[in-house]
Amino acid sequence: MKLITAVVKPHRLDEIKEALQAFGVHGLTVTEASGYGRQRGHTEVYRGAEYTVDLVPKIRIEVLVEDDDAEQLIDVVVKAARTGKIGDGKVWSTPVETAVRVRTGERGPDAL
Amino acid sequence: MAPAITLAADAPTLSAANTGFMLICSALVMLMTPGLAFFYGGMVRVKSALNMLMMSFISLGIVTVLWVLYGFSMAFGTDSGSIVGWNSDWVGLGDIGLTELWDGYTIPVFVFLVFQLMFAVLTPALISGALADRVKFTAWALFVALWATVVYFPVAHWVWGAGGWAFELGVIDFAGGTAVHINAGAAALGVILVIGKRIGFKKDPMRPHSLPLVMLGAGLLWFGWFGFNAGSWLGNDDGVGALMFVNTQVATGAAVLGWLAYEKIRHGAFTTLGAASGAVSGLVAITPAGGAVSPLGAIAVGAVAGVLCAMAVGLKYRFGYDDSLDVVGVHLVGGILGSLLVGFFATGKGQSDVAGLFYGGGLDQFWKQCAGVFGVLAYSLVVSAVLALLLDRTVGMRVSEDDEVAGIDQAEHAETAYDFSGAGGGAVRTADAAPVAPAESKKVDA
Repeated sequence: MKLITAVVKPHRLDEIKEALQAFGVHGLTVTEASGYGRQRGHTEVYRGAEYTVDLVPKIRIEVLVEDDDAEQLIDVVVKAARTGKIGDGKVWSTPVETAVRVRTGERGPDAL
Repeated sequence: MAPAITLAADAPTLSAANTGFMLICSALVMLMTPGLAFFYGGMVRVKSALNMLMMSFISLGIVTVLWVLYGFSMAFGTDSGSIVGWNSDWVGLGDIGLTELWDGYTIPVFVFLVFQLMFAVLTPALISGALADRVKFTAWALFVALWATVVYFPVAHWVWGAGGWAFELGVIDFAGGTAVHINAGAAALGVILVIGKRIGFKKDPMRPHSLPLVMLGAGLLWFGWFGFNAGSWLGNDDGVGALMFVNTQVATGAAVLGWLAYEKIRHGAFTTLGAASGAVSGLVAITPAGGAVSPLGAIAVGAVAGVLCAMAVGLKYRFGYDDSLDVVGVHLVGGILGSLLVGFFATGKGQSDVAGLFYGGGLDQFWKQCAGVFGVLAYSLVVSAVLALLLDRTVGMRVSEDDEVAGIDQAEHAETAYDFSGAGGGAVRTADAAPVAPAESKKVDA
């Protein structure tokens, strides 16, 4: 199994969710995150004091998939997340040893 | 404060209309203290929001009690030496008749004293904005009690009490430009020079945690200020209170525009915080002046206040004093401005026939205004610094560095302002889980 992690622009969430559902993914986890890459931050002004805000809001999407589906699923996520502007984010995959469905105790790919 | 209204040799009689109006005004002024708490509370970081709210709120407790015990007597009792008043009948407010009228007016003493009480509550609370994030709550509570006693009560007497030196000199301070705003602003400066900066001042970003809360506070202040200003005439028999009401609205609107215009040109954006701050700067500046100027004069006073205060809030970075929420930049500067501009814009057709420079009155009134401004400023600055120094040497003014960095809310109040965590609280019995034993003290992971 693979864990696909995507850190992307918050307003792309619905697109990505729909694309993943169309692909056949049954579940995912979304976390609100903040960070920066090449995009860097922006400047805010409070009573004349200017602050550089480095960390911009992002969402982090995590999906567990079987090994064979991983590459294709990454493409699906990237396609749905892309706006072509700086700050679109990153997608990566990591190997996963096992997974358990808490309710039934099923293990491995059956738990997905 | 209004001169005595005497109707053709008749002694004033109790007016139900004025009494009702003044009770409503008193409630409006009371609302300014919680309004101020929100205005300040939204401006600090999330870890000290509750402390900021409490610094204002505690004044409603402390000063209210002191006012009953001896504050009203000190501020408005029989003058001694033009410095302070005293009237032993008013100690504890026990010997005041229900229909006994405030001398020369149409409202009972009880109405006058509760209206003035709300001013006494608000003024120490104004200081708290300069001391954000770092002052021990006990030390602050003691400061409020001592400051009210040795600064506010006497200064209110100087400005509004019969026999007070500024009152007798003819300083125009309709609703508290000197006694409230300059007084609080100068005190803030005195205290911060003693206690020093917040950890991370000029290095860490210190963004307001909730601008909607700041806007809510500014709105409540604006609303309450109609009572503060229009009510200060203590009645409505000659329309001066209504002029003050109009000028309060007009100057504040102009100040919002002044601050925003300056900010757009200088920093490139119309900020929410700028609009809220502009409103407060206009309210401060029109407070001493609104009974003496025309509505066009009020536009000038407000616009100048909006621009100058927007410039003044930057001074703390240049000179390195940590006036955290700009009490000096807004209240001291705005108060001085409004008080001095009376010397130029007084029309002679409002609260008195004294005209300022632009209305053919020369500079006489301007010099009187200067005396009032700098007398109050110097006294409050010095005495407040001494009080802070005394408290710092005894109970200590500041919380520990660890507590300040971790957040004063938890250290001083054992609370957290917001709980956004969705975790925990699952009381549903599950198949294997044992029933949860009731705990003596509940643990919250946040």
